[in-house]
Amino acid sequence: MSYTLDQKQLDRIEDILKSELIDNGVRCVFLIDMAGNIVTNLDNGEKQHDIYSLAALAAGNFGAVSAMAKIIGENEFSLLFHKGKKENIHFNKISSEFLLITIFGNDISLGFLRMKVAESVEHLKGLLEPLSREHL
Amino acid sequence: MAFVNLKHKLIQVKIVYYGPGRGGKTTNLEYINRKFQHRINSEMVTVKTHGDRTLFFDFLPFDVGLVNGYQIKIQLYTVPGQVKYDATRRLVLRGVDGIVFVADGMLVRRETNIQSLRNLQENLASYKKNLRTLPWVLQYNKMDLKEQGIPMMPIEKLDQDLNHEFRRPYFPASALEGTNVVATLKKIITLTIASIRKELL
Repeated sequence: MSYTLDQKQLDRIEDILKSELIDNGVRCVFLIDMAGNIVTNLDNGEKQHDIYSLAALAAGNFGAVSAMAKIIGENEFSLLFHKGKKENIHFNKISSEFLLITIFGNDISLGFLRMKVAESVEHLKGLLEPLSREHL
Repeated sequence: MAFVNLKHKLIQVKIVYYGPGRGGKTTNLEYINRKFQHRINSEMVTVKTHGDRTLFFDFLPFDVGLVNGYQIKIQLYTVPGQVKYDATRRLVLRGVDGIVFVADGMLVRRETNIQSLRNLQENLASYKKNLRTLPWVLQYNKMDLKEQGIPMMPIEKLDQDLNHEFRRPYFPASALEGTNVVATLKKIITLTIASIRKELL
C-alpha cells in the first residue's frame, strides 16, 4: 500500500517542525514512517547526516524496542532517548505509522526538548492521523 | 508502503531480500553496492553479529533515476535468515513493497528453502499481506557451485517446490559471481513500480 503527501501538507508539516524545533535549537529533525521512509527532514545547516540510513535504523530500532516492551508486559516505553558526548537522539511516536526523531546537542535540556516535541506531535497528529486510518 | 512526496517529486520504495540463512541475501546487496557505486550516495548499513551473520538487516539506498518525472529511491533491505531471528525478520518486512526470495540451490538446503518461504507467508500475514498480491520474484542462488561438484537442486525442482503455486519470475543466479543479480533487481524494481503506479492511479 502507498500513501501520498502533497506540497501543501508537507509545507504545513515543515512549518511546525521548523518553528517548534529547529528555531528552538534542535540540530536535526526527521519525520519518518515505520517502514523507514523519510516523510520530511530539516536541519539547522550545521551538519549533514546520512539521512536514509538513519531513518532505516531508527525505524528498526523503534520496532525492536516496541517488541521488547510487549515481551515484558508494557504497551510501549514512554521515553526513547540515546545520550552521546555531543549529540543526543530522541524518538517520539506520533501515531501507529509515524515517528518523530530529533537530534540535539547538550545546549538543550531533555525536559525542554520533550516539551517542544510533545507540542509538535500534537500539531502533527491532526495532519497525519487521518492519513494513517485512511490509507495505511 | 511506498511514500510519494509530491513536493519533491520523490517516491521511496522498500524492497526486501528474504530467504534462508546463508542463502546469499547479503551477497546480493554487496554485489549491487559494488556494481552501482555511482548511484549509491551512502555506505551500505549492516547490523551483524561477531560471526559475520546478519543480526538485524542490511540496508542499501539505491537511486533508479526518473520515472514519469518522479525520482525513484529504492531502499533495499535483507532480513536475517537464521530461524531464531524471526521477530526481527517480521520487523524488517513492515511496509514492504516488493520481495526477492533468495533460495539456496544446494540439494541439502531443499527443506530450509520451503520452510523459509512458509515463514515469509506467515510474517506477511501479520501485516495483512500475501504472496498472491505482492510483487515478488525468486532467485535460485549458488548455481556456481555446480562446477565444484556440489549436489544441486535442478531448477525445475526448485521451481516446483517454491513457485508452483505462484508462477512468479525466477532467476538461476550466483550472487558471489554476480550472475543474474542485476537481472533479479531490475525485475523486482519494474514489478514493484508498476504495482505502485496501478495503486495510485
